[in-house]
Amino acid sequence: MNTTIMLFLVQDGITNGAIYALLGLALVLVFAVTRVILIPQGEFVTYGALTYASLSAGQFPGTARLALAMGIVAFGFDIYVARKSLRRRLVGRAIIVNIALPAIVFALTYALVGHPSGIAVNIALSLAIVAMIGLFLYRIAFQPIAHTSVLVLLIASVGCHLAMQGFGLLFFGAEGQRGPALSNAAFTLGPLRFTGQSIAVYVVTAAFIVGLWLFFGFTLTGKALRATAVNRLGARLVGIRTTLAGQLAFLMAALIGAVSGILIVPITTLYYDTGFLIGLKGFVAAIIGGLVSYPLTAVAALVVGIVEAFSSFYASDFKEVIVFTLILPVLVLRSLAQPAVEEEKD
Amino acid sequence: MAMPQRLPILLFALVMAAIPFVPGMPPFWIVLLDNIGLSALVAMGLVLLTGVGGLTSFGQAAFCGFGAYTTAVLTTTYGLSPWLTLPLSLLVSGIAAVVLGLVTVRLSGHYLPLGTIAWGIGLFYLFSKLEFLGRNDGISGIPPLSIGSLRMIDPGTIYFAIWIAVLIAALLTMNLLDSRTGRAIRALRRGHIAAEAFGVHAPRAKLLVFIYAAVLAGLSGWLYAHFVRAANPTPFGAQAGIEYLFVAVVGGAGYVWGGVLGAAIVVILKEVLQSYLPLIFGGSSQLETIVFGILLVTLLQLAPTGVWPWLMARLPFTPIRKRPDMSLTLPPRSRATATPSVLLQIDHARKQFGGVIAVNDVSFDVQAREIVALIGPNGAGKSTTFNLITGVLTASSGRISVLGKAINNAPPQDIVKLGISRTFQHVKLVPDMTVLENVAIGAHLRGHCGAISSMFRLDRADEARLLAEAARQIERVGLGEQINQLAGSLSLGQQRIVEIARALCVDPILLLLDEPAAGLRHMEKQQLASLLRQLRDGGMSVLLVEHDMGFVMDLADRIVVLDFGTKIAEGTPGAIKSNPDVIKAYLGAVA
Repeated sequence: MNTTIMLFLVQDGITNGAIYALLGLALVLVFAVTRVILIPQGEFVTYGALTYASLSAGQFPGTARLALAMGIVAFGFDIYVARKSLRRRLVGRAIIVNIALPAIVFALTYALVGHPSGIAVNIALSLAIVAMIGLFLYRIAFQPIAHTSVLVLLIASVGCHLAMQGFGLLFFGAEGQRGPALSNAAFTLGPLRFTGQSIAVYVVTAAFIVGLWLFFGFTLTGKALRATAVNRLGARLVGIRTTLAGQLAFLMAALIGAVSGILIVPITTLYYDTGFLIGLKGFVAAIIGGLVSYPLTAVAALVVGIVEAFSSFYASDFKEVIVFTLILPVLVLRSLAQPAVEEEKD
Repeated sequence: MAMPQRLPILLFALVMAAIPFVPGMPPFWIVLLDNIGLSALVAMGLVLLTGVGGLTSFGQAAFCGFGAYTTAVLTTTYGLSPWLTLPLSLLVSGIAAVVLGLVTVRLSGHYLPLGTIAWGIGLFYLFSKLEFLGRNDGISGIPPLSIGSLRMIDPGTIYFAIWIAVLIAALLTMNLLDSRTGRAIRALRRGHIAAEAFGVHAPRAKLLVFIYAAVLAGLSGWLYAHFVRAANPTPFGAQAGIEYLFVAVVGGAGYVWGGVLGAAIVVILKEVLQSYLPLIFGGSSQLETIVFGILLVTLLQLAPTGVWPWLMARLPFTPIRKRPDMSLTLPPRSRATATPSVLLQIDHARKQFGGVIAVNDVSFDVQAREIVALIGPNGAGKSTTFNLITGVLTASSGRISVLGKAINNAPPQDIVKLGISRTFQHVKLVPDMTVLENVAIGAHLRGHCGAISSMFRLDRADEARLLAEAARQIERVGLGEQINQLAGSLSLGQQRIVEIARALCVDPILLLLDEPAAGLRHMEKQQLASLLRQLRDGGMSVLLVEHDMGFVMDLADRIVVLDFGTKIAEGTPGAIKSNPDVIKAYLGAVA
């Protein structure tokens, strides 16, 4: 094969791989804190991307409405749970987080839509909307069953995926959309052409990886999140608010998903259901990383991206088959490396 | 088949058989019932795999695909009769399950469901890209099932084929669960250490349920192919795989009929949503996935164990459980004729975990007809020593021999064959199985019938003897009253006694008891002590770890004292009581 093609494929693979890495990180983050295998991660991607694309096209995104509605439901949950001891501070917090925040974002979106308000504003609004959806999703769907088995959480996660994908179709229609690029700069290096967009992908991914690593390794909040993952009861006993940890994890995952969506929507056309497959590939990376290690997940994601690029060149029909079977040998090796751990379930 | 427990099934079968003959039955309902049956078959496999065996699989739809495509290719390309392709479809699904299962069942924890998602999706893409499977379009023109001149084209005739398959599968599955193999499978979900200590080969049992579930899915796929008379990749993809798991969880993942109920709930719900939602909300498509997803999450929040157990708890009947016929006896385990006087010899056994030496060159032995107690402060290495003897842990160095033969780090399944059985410091019973069933696991190696014979009820004689032996041991430890209670409902002290009965079912020469008296009341302790003496006088040896000094001093013939992994003393109770090193270890330095 010639070097140019190889370089092209590697470049393509790294760009995709960087996105998978972001999603893989989010999945690891959520699993590590809440034990939820976040199938709807892909929906955060499509929501972020399509909200951004809608805003750029001057349309009002339905996701803003969804965020507001979920906020109201979440408020109901908060009040119902605390009905025996309704203190003013608690109600106040519930109103601010669940009602006021999404209402403000909704109003802002409503006010700004149709005005040419610039890329930065659109991105900020998209991120705010999707982040809130993530937060409320945890509050509504997962917080009440946070103590149950991984299996039950997983099924609930599937339910969320189905509902959110349905909402995606409702809001954005069946047609694919593209969004405006962050920058139109481009330069060439040897045979390769680098666009501003792909550079942004690399930079943002690297920033997130380093950021998460610092956050979890060196801050008290990060360590508290990790402690929640290991032992919920123990974490509560030492004063960590586990529900807050879960909400934070979902918020961050939604944010990461939306960021990756916004990064890729100028490169590829996204449909309401594209996120699922992209999320699954992030998944492959996360699994190879063992759902615990951030750097390993990032490396694995790059490998997945490159394998995908090469297999789409040489055996495009079997691209997905190859990517997904890539997991199996890794899983076997992982299981062999740490065998026979007694699992006390239920 | 008209045994009392089977009566509801017979009634159910009669009702199902009558439904198509009800005048004015809309044909559309029959189609729904066909779909429920197809889905129930897959869900039933998942009940066994996930609910009972604890192995979560998202990939069952792929096995349906193997079944459907096998018959599709063979009937259309090669013109084989559908009935000929039935065994082949099941075989292909089974072989695929062996290949995938060898990889999958070794995965631990959450790697397992994730792995199944991965190959589930991989296989879906494989189905949709292979030329001879018709790529994305699939294969059409599959001939209908036919018996003589009766061609099962309309939904009302294939209905019988589908529901006969469901009923047979349900019966076989229930038979399997209610057997020696079934108990082994049911014990797996709670971790494999206890099951393996009684000779269950955990990976083999897991592979068995994996294959069983895949064959049921293959059967469903075969029926599906002849029902819709076409096969394309969509119904065998990741989404479908997820949905099957969902069906099982909604119905109640631990219950065979939960699979059928779950299938009914999900299929009908989807249908209702698809036909009525557009009426309410005005024509918008995809609303049903939204409502479906939301209902799913709501249901899980309200009934995380599924609808079936919730329903059963509200019915006024309790299942009739027959008492085993105690006149039946199991032949004793074959053992060496001339028993040497030293049963167990531990020679400089050592176990290191990284820098920690949990057991430091410990040597002692257990003679025939002797009760030896292993005592020492917490963290002295007593339980670790037990785990070394029983093969749960492998020794870093040293030699452990039974009846003069070194066991060389043999796995637990082989140790129990030598006649060494044990109880656990942290009780390892299956809480949702009865005392009788739990204890019968102890006799696992003394039964012989496998999965196939138990599915077809050819194991009854063997099974009756196993249960009789279990019942006898339960009587012996004094829990005859509780024999049919769920193990999880007993007090912790009683659960420890159940563990002893289970260990006795092995017909052991040496019984290892890890803190048997913890949680017992004074009278119960005395009964336990007299039972152990009686066992010793009957020729058994006992090695026990215990903290209750009164109990130990009264009972043991010899005491070995460990402290920080090292043996500090050994002798008769009288000598140990006055040993200065022992007093120092327990009470600190003497002033």
